Amino acid sequence: MKFGVIVFPGSNCDHDCFHVVKNVLGQPVEYIWHDDIFGGEFDCIIVPGGFSYGDYLRTGAIARFSPAVNSLIDFANSGGPVIGICNGFQILLESGLLKGAMLRNTNMHFICKYVYIRVENIDTPFTNLCKPNQVLKIPIAHNEGNYYIDEVGLKDLKSNNQIVFRYSSKEGQIADKYNPNGAKDFIAGITNSKGNVLGLMPHPERCSEDVLNSTDGLLIFKSILNWTKVKT
Amino acid sequence: MAQVEVFITLKSTVADPQGLVVKHALENLGYGEVDDVRVGKLITLRLKDDNKDALNKKIDQMCKKLLANPIIEDYKFQIQ
Repeated sequence: MKFGVIVFPGSNCDHDCFHVVKNVLGQPVEYIWHDDIFGGEFDCIIVPGGFSYGDYLRTGAIARFSPAVNSLIDFANSGGPVIGICNGFQILLESGLLKGAMLRNTNMHFICKYVYIRVENIDTPFTNLCKPNQVLKIPIAHNEGNYYIDEVGLKDLKSNNQIVFRYSSKEGQIADKYNPNGAKDFIAGITNSKGNVLGLMPHPERCSEDVLNSTDGLLIFKSILNWTKVKT
Repeated sequence: MAQVEVFITLKSTVADPQGLVVKHALENLGYGEVDDVRVGKLITLRLKDDNKDALNKKIDQMCKKLLANPIIEDYKFQIQ
């Protein structure tokens, strides 16, 4: 399964994603420069974290118009799996591939720490190896992770099972004190209505090896591989 | 030449964490009468075109496409 990692000026998790796919997952992977277009040569696209275009104007607002993101929109609309992590999630929101928007964290701090998220939907290309309601230990590192969607949109997300991850306690309890950034309905990750595009604020690529204290992130990458096996 | 000022603010239905912090800071400085603070952006543009009707349409498009995010933000602009 061939992965592509889009690189914007200001991306800083691109190498981490590349490393995990190549050396931990053992799959072929290539960088895609933001100025380039791509087609069906990839089986999965990762939009990595960082500060694309310096986060100027709004996070993801400029990146959204790059040639690579135009290709990404076609790729996603034809059903290709796409995973946007942190700034990648913000870019997917700005591009309209995912619903909602990001606000500043309610405490106005850049938050960089391990948190727990509960898997809310295991019937996705990204979570099919997780157990129902499994809790993952995974780091976040962001300033704008306070997910916002209006009430009508939230209802749609819920009724369509698009909420994939919620912030929780280690035991999977959902409460305000376990919500690090004020995100609406404790949302840490969602998919599009078709289910082939995932955006999440936590960084699975930063917890996919024993040496990094948690390997829970690898479940997400392995699920993507497993999904193609299940489907073919 | 036309000079345009675009004002972007978070929608009134969206909580503004930045505004809240500024409100608290003002309270700490003794300005207890401050009831609400909203922080926004001011973008100034200079354009060659100065046909007002055409400009109105064009700047509205710019706001919708890029300058504001209509999901969370309102915008207004003044052409001078």
